[in-house]
Amino acid sequence: MKILVCVSKTPDTTSKVAFTDGNTKFDEAGVQWIINPYDEWYSLVRAIELKEKDASVVIHMVTVGGADTEPIIRKALALGGDEAIRVNSDSTDSYYIAAQIAEIAKQGGYDLIFTGKETLDYNGSSIGGMVAELTDAPYISLATKFDLEGTTATVTREIEGGEEVAEVALPAVVSCQKGMAEQRIPNMRGIMAARTKPLKVTEPVAADALTAIVNFELPPAKAGVKLVDAENVEELVRLLHEEAKAI
Amino acid sequence: MSVLVFIDHADGHVKKSSLEALTYGAKVAAQLGTSAEGLLLGTVTEDLAALGKYGVTKIHQAANEALNNLDTQVYAAAIAEAVTASGATVIIFSHTPTGKAVAARVSAKLKAGLVTGACALPDTSNGFVVKKGVFSGKAFANVSINTAVKIISLNPNSYMTVAGEGTAAVAPLAISAGAAKVKVTAVNKVSGDVPLTEADIVVSGGRGLKGPENWGILLDLAKVLGAATACSRPVGDAHWRPHHEHVGQTGVQVAPNLYIAVGISGAIQHLAGVNRSKIIVVINKDPEAPFFKAADYGIVGDAFEVLPKLTEAIKKMKASA
Ligand SMILES: Cc1cc2nc3c(=O)[nH]c(=O)nc-3n(C[C@H](O)[C@H](O)[C@H](O)COP(=O)(O)OP(=O)(O)OC[C@H]3O[C@@H](n4cnc5c(N)ncnc54)[C@H](O)[C@@H]3O)c2cc1C
Repeated sequence: MKILVCVSKTPDTTSKVAFTDGNTKFDEAGVQWIINPYDEWYSLVRAIELKEKDASVVIHMVTVGGADTEPIIRKALALGGDEAIRVNSDSTDSYYIAAQIAEIAKQGGYDLIFTGKETLDYNGSSIGGMVAELTDAPYISLATKFDLEGTTATVTREIEGGEEVAEVALPAVVSCQKGMAEQRIPNMRGIMAARTKPLKVTEPVAADALTAIVNFELPPAKAGVKLVDAENVEELVRLLHEEAKAI
Repeated sequence: MSVLVFIDHADGHVKKSSLEALTYGAKVAAQLGTSAEGLLLGTVTEDLAALGKYGVTKIHQAANEALNNLDTQVYAAAIAEAVTASGATVIIFSHTPTGKAVAARVSAKLKAGLVTGACALPDTSNGFVVKKGVFSGKAFANVSINTAVKIISLNPNSYMTVAGEGTAAVAPLAISAGAAKVKVTAVNKVSGDVPLTEADIVVSGGRGLKGPENWGILLDLAKVLGAATACSRPVGDAHWRPHHEHVGQTGVQVAPNLYIAVGISGAIQHLAGVNRSKIIVVINKDPEAPFFKAADYGIVGDAFEVLPKLTEAIKKMKASA
């Protein structure tokens, strides 16, 4: 059983979001980078749990990014997993990134591919579906629970207003979110082991970028809060009804 | 050239988010000087011709019961056939669980550029540029799609449904898609509740409510407002509320007309999931709570005193309206 876990780096959740170069570039000054939480807490940890149950499971991670992603990959390796592959390319186009991952997936012959449900920076939530299409595999998105019985996976996924349980025979692609596993902190042994785990760098294959970011905008600032006295909730109701027309 | 809108449905009914997508698709078509059509995979009990009032001229329906369950491979193949049959150059999805899963697949299949989570009409004055939320609601990006066929998934609650006059022609669509590989074995719906991402009003509670036994006052408020309920991450983590209610950067992102936050401090990760709400009301006993900076209206006070009074006052207002 071979699992490929897709990981990406994303700014720390407390980062100030600002832009440079005429609002065309994210301002990286002072930004701390983390592993995208959906990739780390949910897909990677769930893969590690599967390996803990069955030692024959092999976990590879893949990231599409420049050399600056390596500290993040080492951190991911410190949590667990056997080796990492970095496709040496910077891109913000989902299709281009998915094409790179699909290429790694085809070469590695994986039974299972995990992605996070989305990244916290570009919020695309499309890599999983695209990789599934490019590798002609079934896709289950927004998984909150994943169990394996032989080569059949039972997956609980979010649907609007509830959840659905589905079965699929591997190989398959699954996007993961809260519920799949609990966050873990790497321990000293993991951190030491990660230093010597293989981190292979490969060059990208030719693929088209189908979209391009023109520029960024910040949301307009709020006008400021109107405070209502706690003894006068009727006034809040009046404002919400007459002024905001929200109730 | 035309615009094709994917119509999602559940329990025999077209989803509200799809009505928004139809309205949006009709607007995009008008902008491009063409017509909008809908595509429905599966069966519904309502009259599809009536969807013409949202501005679509034709609905393609593959009325195959097996399509009532989502298998993205089957869906993507069917949609690709419909795109060829209708000659569509723009495809619209809702950015909902189904839409997210299918749009990405169709994008890769057709090699058609995709922008997910769009929040405004495309700018077609120079190319085709779509605005979407990025950095979990902290910013927007304008993204140009550079392929002949373009795909947009529209954020729920970001485009208001407009119903006018008109009926749509309903055309059966024969598709040759194969058997589903994903087998749905159970569906668990939280019955009676308003789905969080579709809700007009969301009432959300944080650690300030102290424990799950205190949620009654929040549920009462939600009930008089017909609102969905949500919570902050620690509340979900502590299992005071089900984890699908957790909103924020690492939870569900919502954009209702009205978001009422009770006993939530307003951490940056929480705000990231709710700052697209049109109106934010904060009830917190600490006047220094950061949430007040992101709010439109606020009450500095104890939730245990304020909520019951607020619920009563709304009841009164509704009774007299
Ligand atoms: C990587 C990362 C991701 C995260 N993602 C999320 C996320 O997606 N969503 C999220 O919500 N959080 C997230 N967090 C956690 C976030 O940083 C905050 O810790 C969390 O939002 C705080 O929840 P809270 O406001 O309910 O609790 P607290 O911060 O403890 O605030 C409780 C509030 O209640 C008020 N209060 C107390 N008693 C009363 C009363 N009787 N009446 C009225 N008010 C009262 C207090 O004044 C206080 O402001 C994340 C954190 C990290 C590090």
